[in-house]
Amino acid sequence: MTRYIVHRLLQIVPLTFGITIVLFAVIQAAPGGPEAALLESDRFIDPAAIEAYRARLGVDQPVPVQYVRWLAGALGGDLGVSFSTTRPVAEMIAERLPATLELMGASFLIAALLAFALGVLSAVRQYSWFDHLGTGLSFVGIAMPVFWFALILQLVFGVWLGWLPVAGTRTVGASSLGDHLLHLVLPATVLSFRYVAGWSRYLRSSMLGVLTADYVRTARAKGLPERWVIGGHALRNAMIPVVSVMALNLSGLFSGAVITETIFAWPGIGRMFVQAMFSRDYPLLMGILLLGSLMVVVFNLVADVVYGLLDPRIRYD
Amino acid sequence: MTRPSGLVWARLRRHRLAVASIVAVGLVSLLCLAAPVIAPFEFDEIDLASIRQPPSLEHPMGTDDLGRDLMTRILYGGRVSILIGLLAAVIGTGLGSSVGAVAGYYGGRVDNLLMRLTDVVYAIPTLPLLIVLASYTQATATSMALTVGLLSWMATARVVRGEVLSIREMEYVEAARSLGATNARIIARHILPNAVGPIVVGGTLAVGNAIILESSLSFLGLGVQPPTPTWGNMLMDAQATMATQPWLSIFPGAAILIVVLAVNFLGDGFQDALDPRSVRR
Repeated sequence: MTRYIVHRLLQIVPLTFGITIVLFAVIQAAPGGPEAALLESDRFIDPAAIEAYRARLGVDQPVPVQYVRWLAGALGGDLGVSFSTTRPVAEMIAERLPATLELMGASFLIAALLAFALGVLSAVRQYSWFDHLGTGLSFVGIAMPVFWFALILQLVFGVWLGWLPVAGTRTVGASSLGDHLLHLVLPATVLSFRYVAGWSRYLRSSMLGVLTADYVRTARAKGLPERWVIGGHALRNAMIPVVSVMALNLSGLFSGAVITETIFAWPGIGRMFVQAMFSRDYPLLMGILLLGSLMVVVFNLVADVVYGLLDPRIRYD
Repeated sequence: MTRPSGLVWARLRRHRLAVASIVAVGLVSLLCLAAPVIAPFEFDEIDLASIRQPPSLEHPMGTDDLGRDLMTRILYGGRVSILIGLLAAVIGTGLGSSVGAVAGYYGGRVDNLLMRLTDVVYAIPTLPLLIVLASYTQATATSMALTVGLLSWMATARVVRGEVLSIREMEYVEAARSLGATNARIIARHILPNAVGPIVVGGTLAVGNAIILESSLSFLGLGVQPPTPTWGNMLMDAQATMATQPWLSIFPGAAILIVVLAVNFLGDGFQDALDPRSVRR
């Protein structure tokens, strides 16, 4: 197992190298360059000033030169300086990361709890009204545009019922832990919705496969209470593939956070990414996209390792 | 003798939800295609005398804040949204199948190169990358479909490669080769038709996925630009007036929901019908 993990970690190096090249090329392909954000104001700007601006940002150099410069810095932990704030990108990301991780963590918890409850119950009561309702809701959850769902929740729970705040992380002047958690409810629910749908269906079918296995029949035959059979014998085996899918989907939560944070004015990386996109802030875009890609790579590795740890039949040699 | 396609069709017909979905998607598409004939108004017909009207007999889905008939715009918007979904799915699935087939069939260095490229693109979060690319152009339906398609081929490529790896060892492939068939012919005639299951399932689900992505991009203002209506940009326009004129967001949202839901059910139906091992009750 250790050898397998070391081997996979070594593969990450060339993969990350490839990712940085693709990302750099895509970001540099922006028509008009970073000064386009300035020129959009339609005021007259002296071409010499534009040239000086480009030279100061370093974008007057050929792209390969810029890439090597960026890479040399990145290897030392320096992701460059943001065009729009002139602050180090790594510092800006570190500032916003906790909010995003909190949102992702809360969504993951909500999704996992609901998905396990729904999945087990629908499998145990296969073809009951509960099972059909669960299946129906899951398909709806996957087919609904995220921001539409978010707007409906904002309207119902924020505007009509007035139960929950619809934006930000705290009430100005009245912030407390409870207040902060209330702000977290709506964005975390929106972000978790499609994973509740996906995971619960997956656990359901995995449970259905396990419930007819010999060892479950044996467990019943020796007179174990049904809840032990379900929770102990069946669920422990059925959750193996589900847990690894959950690890894989962690990176999807990052993509989802871009939209969710923008709707709920949640001050995380996703919202900063959208702002960086509009202001053509190359180094910041590069830093955020690289972070997102690294998350995918790491979570994929975690998924494979978890699968191997949970299922003794899997051997990595 | 029953042809394989007939068999698939027979199995699909037993999947009640899939049949209902075909009917639903077909009906919506037909209505949208017929929009110029059946729509009661022009999609950009401004009528300042009747702005923000709730649904009525004259305007079955109400009007927006320029007095444009919402039902007309839903019909015209559907043409663009469904076109984007179909086109993106065709591009993504076509590209994915080609990459997967070439990598799996030729193996060796070609395989290694293509699959490492797939790994790289797969590792970059799709939505943020799509947002960056979409911000480069004034989006049209075609550019939107192209961008979405170019970023949604990786899963298909991996699955098809896996299928091809096992199919290319089959005796009938060897037979074709010994009869002097070219590589291109073997891939097109003998290998891809046998990998059609995952391709069709993936392609169907990709249609729904592309429609959802178009709406997400529209939310950020990066979708197809007005006055051309799409379900995504109609939804975006309606978000500020959600509390006062709810019909403006309910109808386009429901249109997306219904079509994507039906397309996903259909994908599910194909999955069961095309997998010879699955047995339905």
